Amino acid sequence: MLKMNSDLALLAPSKPFSEHLPIQFDGVHLSFGKHHIFSNLTLEIGAQGITAIMGPNGAGKSLILRLLAGLLMPEQGSVRFNTLSRVPRDQIGFVFQRPVLLRRSVQDNLLHALAIAGVERGQRPFRADALLELGGMQHLAKSPARKLSGGEQQRLTLLRALAAKPGLLILDEPSASLDPQATALIENIVLRASQCGVKVIVVTHDQGQAARLSDEVMFVHKGRVHAIQATHEFLKTPASREAKAYLAGELLI
Amino acid sequence: MTKKIRLVTALLATGLFAQAHAADKFIIVQSTTSTQNSGLFDHLLPAFKAETGIEVRVVAVGTGQALKNAQNCDGDVVLVHAKAAEEKFVADGYGVKRIDVMYNDFVVVGPGNDPAGVAGSKDVVKSFKAIADKEALFASRGDDSGTHKKEQQLWKAANVDVKAASGKWYRETGSGMGATLNTGVGMGAYVLADRASWIAFGNKGNFKIAVEGDPTLFNQYGVIAVNPAKCPNVKTDLGNTFVNWLVSPKGQATIAAYKKNGDSLFFPNAPK
Amino acid sequence: MQDFSLAFVQAFTLIGQADPTLIDIIALSLQVTFTAVSIACLLGFPIGAALAIGRFPGRMLLVVFLNSLMGLPPVVVGLVIYLFLSAAGPLGFLQLLYTPTAMVIAQVVLVTPIVAALARQVIEDLYGEYDEMLRAMNASRIQTICTLIVDARYSLLTSALAGLGRALAEVGAVIIVGGNIANVTRVMTTTIALETSKGELALALGLGIILIVLSILINAGLFLLKNSAQKRAYA
Repeated sequence: MLKMNSDLALLAPSKPFSEHLPIQFDGVHLSFGKHHIFSNLTLEIGAQGITAIMGPNGAGKSLILRLLAGLLMPEQGSVRFNTLSRVPRDQIGFVFQRPVLLRRSVQDNLLHALAIAGVERGQRPFRADALLELGGMQHLAKSPARKLSGGEQQRLTLLRALAAKPGLLILDEPSASLDPQATALIENIVLRASQCGVKVIVVTHDQGQAARLSDEVMFVHKGRVHAIQATHEFLKTPASREAKAYLAGELLI
Repeated sequence: MTKKIRLVTALLATGLFAQAHAADKFIIVQSTTSTQNSGLFDHLLPAFKAETGIEVRVVAVGTGQALKNAQNCDGDVVLVHAKAAEEKFVADGYGVKRIDVMYNDFVVVGPGNDPAGVAGSKDVVKSFKAIADKEALFASRGDDSGTHKKEQQLWKAANVDVKAASGKWYRETGSGMGATLNTGVGMGAYVLADRASWIAFGNKGNFKIAVEGDPTLFNQYGVIAVNPAKCPNVKTDLGNTFVNWLVSPKGQATIAAYKKNGDSLFFPNAPK
Repeated sequence: MQDFSLAFVQAFTLIGQADPTLIDIIALSLQVTFTAVSIACLLGFPIGAALAIGRFPGRMLLVVFLNSLMGLPPVVVGLVIYLFLSAAGPLGFLQLLYTPTAMVIAQVVLVTPIVAALARQVIEDLYGEYDEMLRAMNASRIQTICTLIVDARYSLLTSALAGLGRALAEVGAVIIVGGNIANVTRVMTTTIALETSKGELALALGLGIILIVLSILINAGLFLLKNSAQKRAYA
């Protein structure tokens, strides 16, 4: 109970993200040069909780995340957040596949994120400490961030993404290159954030991870959404042929 | 870290600012490099300061630049040795009055082996003719200075067209006395120099004075106070104190007393 | 050739005697140079950073222009600043001509492009790495610039050292705007020029040796500083 309270203080977004749901892509076009990635892409993510996005490589999953985060703009069509016609960038935290950290100490990385988020100067050290505790990294506070192991670095970027108390947390294959122990630590934090009301969207290749974390799965293939189902349903009886093949471990050419 | 840098910069800047404006009683004298290099100012100015408390800051450049700087009101007094240019300066209204201060003479210095065979001559025009005829190397200042103007007069008197020979045996360095002497010694060329510069020069190599004593080689120095009518911010009182001191018996004696290796470099001749 | 051995003798004699005039000259050289380089960095780092992250039409032209400014001829800069600071010029009322302040101004004009151009390159490389991460954090332009400058601090130090080298060695600008006035605006380089024009070659060389040793000492000191700090934070 005590843990839950301190988590809430640290992680709960100031405004529930539910007022920005559903997220809707409408007729989104995106291409790189001559290569059309998305033609008339339409999707909807409506539920609170954790949404997993799965699909073969090259399907466009990472690009969907970037469109969600406002890191890319659609050439045509729109990305809407309920009544908002633009992406609420200040309420989104992003964890990239490979961690990019500043050439500073672990603590300074968090302090930097807090400063950018506009947290009042006096508050920052306390919030940074609390985040380090959440990640079990207090003993690494003064270490150069780039000297950490892969798992620790990724955990740090997750803490950093949560520093600004985002309403939406987006993760792009966060534990793709991590060992099970490091993966477990990451998943634990993600779950706790979700329990505090943070909407989570995570791209993963790991069926086990999808089962452990997510409430629903969106299956993407060749720039189109083929299915969106409750997780246990998706994993047992996927709605599309391609999804079935994918889950069976086949390569979708 | 940035805070520290900012603090240090501020300190340095204020330090510099304070330093430059510390001496309130100072004047700027535009003079020439040859006068500076002779060491006269190192001898003269402390005596002046001791007597009047006025610091004299000398900007030593070429004659042309000195006069131009004074025209721009960037000086309070001018002390050069180019009489025609000085008189024009006054005539154009930039200077109050031109007064003779001291003189020395020019000499022709040349390599020890004397390729033009002019060593010991007391006739400079004839020597110049000989140098041109033998096409011996000659290094000219070529910078429109007093020395250079004198040199041009001598070539004209010798009926030599040096422009045609420029780059061949006649080398125009376009620089000050010291630099030209360095170049001359370096290439074994004759040079027309003022005696003071030569005596004080530290890189003589095997060079000697070849031609001297010709009355045509007379080199007159004049001092001019910058005209407050054209330059409202000029320090007229302090400047006049300096001018008056230079031509006073005390100042003239100080000039005469300046010797190097036992030789006098300047001979006071202010009007009594 | 004997000038060289004489020069070394001169250098050691001057240092050994701790000649007060020489000490003043060295002190002024360091004051002018360090002040100028500090100001140049305060100006140059943000300019370089802004140019590194900016995306606007004509940006490439500006980059090329800034790079070319690195080659500004010092004597020309000196002349231009003289014309501005001269009593006959627009800023004559400031009475800055023939003061160390004028020398600092001239050196700031010379050194800022060097620092800015090198900073731009360094920060542009870093920006490639940090760009997406900073955008994901919704960082503003100013916040991005500050982040990059702080994280690039060690490479930026090298840019500053390049500027320092230029300033310490420069004579063309400071001699025109400073006037090489004894005890007021005479620095190492202008003294070397003066002694050379007096034919005192060994002395000039000796001073040159001292100047080079000074430069080595400064660089060594900053290198050690950088190394110890780097061990603490960098990877």
